[in-house]
Amino acid sequence: MKKILTFAAVLTALAAIMIFASGCSGSDDELYVYNWGEYISDGSEGSLDVISEFEDYYYELTGRTITVHYTTYPSNEDMYAKISAGTSSYDVIFPSDYMIERMISEGLLQSINIEEVCESYGVECNYQYIDDMYRGLFFDEDGEYSIPYTYGMVGIIYNTTMVDEADVEELLSDEDSTGWELLWNEKYSGKILQFNNSRDGFATAQYMLGIDVNSTLESDWRTALDKLLEQKPLVQSYVMDEIFNKMESGEAAIGVYYAGDYFTMLENNENLAFYYPSPTNVFVDCMCIPAESENPEIAALFINYMLSEEIAVANAEAIYYASPNSLVYTNEDYIEYMGEEAMEVLYPEGYNFSEELNAYAYRNLDSETLEVVSSLWEELKISGGMSFSVYVVFGVIAVVIIAAIAAVVVRKKKRERNY
Amino acid sequence: MKRTFLQRCAAAPHLVWCALFIIAPLFFVAYYAFTDSSGAFSTENIQRFFTAEYLSILLNSVCLALIATVVCLIIAYPLAYIISRMGDKGQRMMMLLIMIPLWMNFLITTYSWMTILQDTGIINSILSFFGLGTLNMINTPGAIVVGMVFCYLPYMVLPIYSVMAGIDKSLLEASRDLGCGTLGQLTGVIMPMSVSGVVSGITMVFVPSISTFYISQKLGGGKIQLIGDSIESQFISYNNYHFGAALSLVLMILILISTAIMNYFTDEDEKGREKRDTQRRALK
Repeated sequence: MKKILTFAAVLTALAAIMIFASGCSGSDDELYVYNWGEYISDGSEGSLDVISEFEDYYYELTGRTITVHYTTYPSNEDMYAKISAGTSSYDVIFPSDYMIERMISEGLLQSINIEEVCESYGVECNYQYIDDMYRGLFFDEDGEYSIPYTYGMVGIIYNTTMVDEADVEELLSDEDSTGWELLWNEKYSGKILQFNNSRDGFATAQYMLGIDVNSTLESDWRTALDKLLEQKPLVQSYVMDEIFNKMESGEAAIGVYYAGDYFTMLENNENLAFYYPSPTNVFVDCMCIPAESENPEIAALFINYMLSEEIAVANAEAIYYASPNSLVYTNEDYIEYMGEEAMEVLYPEGYNFSEELNAYAYRNLDSETLEVVSSLWEELKISGGMSFSVYVVFGVIAVVIIAAIAAVVVRKKKRERNY
Repeated sequence: MKRTFLQRCAAAPHLVWCALFIIAPLFFVAYYAFTDSSGAFSTENIQRFFTAEYLSILLNSVCLALIATVVCLIIAYPLAYIISRMGDKGQRMMMLLIMIPLWMNFLITTYSWMTILQDTGIINSILSFFGLGTLNMINTPGAIVVGMVFCYLPYMVLPIYSVMAGIDKSLLEASRDLGCGTLGQLTGVIMPMSVSGVVSGITMVFVPSISTFYISQKLGGGKIQLIGDSIESQFISYNNYHFGAALSLVLMILILISTAIMNYFTDEDEKGREKRDTQRRALK
């Protein structure tokens, strides 16, 4: 009994501590920021801790203390599920283009009055430094709900010690090829990584075949599926974040991922190289304020702070994604830090961003098309996945189990007869 | 037995917990499974489960989960027997060793298995160091089974061990006195008495194995789709809660049926024994 009481007391004490820790942070204001994982300069490896810098900045500006609650999500869909459930109270989120389009249409975002907010706080509005090319994009034509944070394209990463440079050069110089063909090259069978996500996976085949990635025709998706089925025997594995491990360790020779992440991998394996297939996927991630936010002014101030030169450069240097902020890509320290190759890859010369985005970005698919896509993706995953021997082992076990059950039944009958 | 008011009060938090976190979610799963996106009643989602695609995904899951369960049983049964025969200190030590992997997050252990099994991983580096060539282990059904066995083995060992440790020592002594050898003792006394532990062990390994998704993604390389992967992607990637719920519901019912069948046979066995015992007593 004493033990139980002690245990109960300890539990209560723990619960009390947790409630106090979460309930009373002791600051005047609070801000909930919900971002992608590893998508900000967080103070690791000697970088700037943007979140705590903002807390200091806010105190200096207003004389009030603030606690920023920073949490992360792995995908747009995860974030959407949380926001649309309406049980959270985030103030700043970082959705991508098609997700912004969807969230606007569902009334989940509120307009950002960044200029007014900056005026009321008496600070310089940094929105003016966002280049015109990145404003008023298809998902938010008036630029009312979103402020671009980063953008990028999907490209192919390969290991120069495992892939013949001539194969890549041939692809890039050939007018008829798109560059995606490397992922279908039988020479590298078992060394190719493909996206483990239906939209991105299908897109690799769709861009190669010249099919619209936002098609609502089942036949288009089926054509892409056939191409992917053709590729499956060559694929080592379907990956998302595991690609870092597999490309860095030399486990795989060819992978497809985002340009910014290539530089993270390059830090750990200098034999990696990168190119853009054409056409390829383009995306923009923006800062937005959910409709449910209770502190839209502070949120807008935070967004403006994220656009200021020092902070934006720190973020861009930490996450290696291209920035639409002219304060960043004209900053000399930044250019020097990134190096020539990275600048060329991240900011390709003569790249007409908005045109490419309009043509090749993902759009929100209706639920019927999504259903088709999901069924077809499962079809891809089922085909040829299991070897015959697995079924044999399964069959043997099943027979043994049935025999055991029969034995039990027989024994029981016998016993009943005997007594 | 009639309960006092105080006893009822003591049970209340548990009841509230059950209602909030077990009954209500089950209700929501059933609700989503039987409605479409407009909220109208529909059995379309359930029907979609019974198409060739999802049935073969289910077959794959059952296959791998069953193989993993049998492998666990083959490893765990002798292990539990050996541990239960040890001295007190040995038993505590072994229990600790079995529990330690459970303290680590299973996502981390699975990720580690990936680096152990892959072509440039630890095992293959050792093999190629000795000039033995490399084995292709990762991204195969075998790798998934290894992951499942590693993750869920403790759940098989613990119930079998606790039943075995609870067997009355005097019964073992009696069987020896009556001329049983070690083998006779094992098959005649220990095995029949440890059936309940085996049954709960099987349930505790089979159920999480059949619905796993992380292990198959990391160790199967995403090339083998299990039913857990399908459920996860319906919720996360396609935002189709209705079909995701339908998949979960059908899976739950199938698990329930298989557990019921298993319990039917073991219960019957025990009931038969009880009947025999009462009849014997009556004969005396």
